Amino acid sequence: MRIQKHPILEFKHEKKITFTFQGNELEGYNDEPIAAALVAADIKVLSYSRKLKRPRGFFCAIGKCSSCLMTVNGIPNVRTCVTRLEEGMVVERQ
Amino acid sequence: MKEVDIVIVGGGPAGLAAALTAASCNASVLLVDDGLKLGGQLIKQTHKFFGSSQQFAGIRGIEIARNFIHEIKKSSNIEVLTQATVTGYYEDGVLTILEGFNGNRLIKVKPKRMIVATGASENMLPFINNDLPGVYGAGAVQTLMNVYGVVPGRQVLMVGAGNIGLIVAYQLMQAGIQVKAIVEAMPSIGGYWVHASKIRRLGVPIYTSCTLKEVKGNEEIEGVTICHIDKDFNFIPQTEKEFNVDTVCLAVGLSPLTELLWQADCQMVYIPELCGYVPQRDENMKTSNDRIYIAGDVAGIEEASSAMIEGQVAGLNAAASLDLYKKEYSQMNQQFKRQLAQLRNNAICEAITRGIQKATIKKGGPHVYSR
Amino acid sequence: MSIPASGVPTKDDLKKVIPSSKVLGKGPVVIVECFQNIPCDPCAASCPSGAIQPFGDINDLPLVDYAKCTGCGLCIASCPGLAIFVVDVNYSNTEALIKLPYELLPIPQKGQLVSGLDRAGQKVADVKVIKVLKTKNKTNVVSILVPKDLAMVIRNIRVEEIVNG
Repeated sequence: MRIQKHPILEFKHEKKITFTFQGNELEGYNDEPIAAALVAADIKVLSYSRKLKRPRGFFCAIGKCSSCLMTVNGIPNVRTCVTRLEEGMVVERQ
Repeated sequence: MKEVDIVIVGGGPAGLAAALTAASCNASVLLVDDGLKLGGQLIKQTHKFFGSSQQFAGIRGIEIARNFIHEIKKSSNIEVLTQATVTGYYEDGVLTILEGFNGNRLIKVKPKRMIVATGASENMLPFINNDLPGVYGAGAVQTLMNVYGVVPGRQVLMVGAGNIGLIVAYQLMQAGIQVKAIVEAMPSIGGYWVHASKIRRLGVPIYTSCTLKEVKGNEEIEGVTICHIDKDFNFIPQTEKEFNVDTVCLAVGLSPLTELLWQADCQMVYIPELCGYVPQRDENMKTSNDRIYIAGDVAGIEEASSAMIEGQVAGLNAAASLDLYKKEYSQMNQQFKRQLAQLRNNAICEAITRGIQKATIKKGGPHVYSR
Repeated sequence: MSIPASGVPTKDDLKKVIPSSKVLGKGPVVIVECFQNIPCDPCAASCPSGAIQPFGDINDLPLVDYAKCTGCGLCIASCPGLAIFVVDVNYSNTEALIKLPYELLPIPQKGQLVSGLDRAGQKVADVKVIKVLKTKNKTNVVSILVPKDLAMVIRNIRVEEIVNG
């Protein structure tokens, strides 16, 4: 969910863009990380663990914990919390 | 091979201050940060800073960051690389950086000096289902809310009543999100009492000697159970309480991010008062390696105000070690140290002061190997 | 419970900062609910009359010279801890005036009735907003009228969204 109004801050974004997540089209902004756009769209599960298939979500926001790794444009293990969202990106759980 | 006087790893408050100070001494500076933007934890601090008017007291952290970044853009001596991760510092003094999409480009730099200002990472807490989506580091929630305008959930349990827990809980309320409760494992609140008072005035309860026991849910949080603990941190039976929340924020301490310093073979020491392993350093923030300086949380967990001043000390002295002096070098060095001493001259900082003494290389002590 | 255990100042804490009835009777005066030695001094820097005395060490607790305090409230927006209030116990025969810092939405409007909350966030009365001062640093200063006996109790407000129509 995106914050509409805030007592201290004003949120200005550069450009609205579209990308796909699991084949579905979503909207985001070109000046935010991929994972932020997903959380804004109320998507909580970013991937599943290999053996036990535990759901993984956004955790540290500074690219240190590996919880946000996803496949982007076919490239696996992208740190989506520190990678800028781009127009037409294909984002998938891995 | 890129050559530069000083590489600064980390563009948070310490790194920003170090860059400006070093550049003002005519050093050439490369400032590297692995985030989308410069500013580190400073760009999400919407609360007004403490400290003295000299250190931006009363000004919101985001303003301070904006001003710093503006000055950096104006400086002709500072080159900035964002979305770039420093991956190693090698025996021949070469630094490797991965930048570009998913780090698909390698850059090699040979700096004369390196200032490591990599900050810290949030600690994890063991509880049932602690890996469930919806469990966030409190700092991460702060980033989502205050930088990207994204709300992580609607109802939150905050774990930890140190400054981060108290401040982020207040900021969640400002963003229109309900904080159902704050739990703190210790018997008393660790953060500033004024932060606690202002969150209590909003009707948010603080449970001390209490921790998070379990999170319920399959793919997301459906509820949580907190429980009181005794002085040995054991759960006290029959004191569980359930809350209907969809988000948990963990504010249970930070640990310095010191990998580069280990790899560069700096003398490291475990100091609980500084929250983990830190490099030994002298009074000018130089490590046991003559070419490497440190500043900010990587030197010991503290505050943004002290991070900025340590950055100034490191920047000033790294430049001076290259014979790049301002004629006011001595006055500035002394003034910075006086300001640090002032910030730390209270009961809350007794532990930090002790920790810093333990981390400081004694004069004439074993260190100083130049490469 | 003590303030480190609960976050709420106790009666004993408040005794240290609430001035005498003689001083309170003079008109609007500042009450600085700050009890911990932390490095912080913007309140003294913001006071135009020097009533909040300049700090020797930035970790000192604020000291108020009530002979100089005019109750102007400039310090309210300067405090990073939102710990400063101005109280006029004799605003009218039945009401006291309280000026407090407010950083939430919705910002109340002049004349609006809002909930008056105590230091634990509990509602104790309906109170009227008589002035809203929006400041450059976004810590707004809201003036409310409260029943006289709650002058030392109410320290926050809750504002309901105004529903149009």
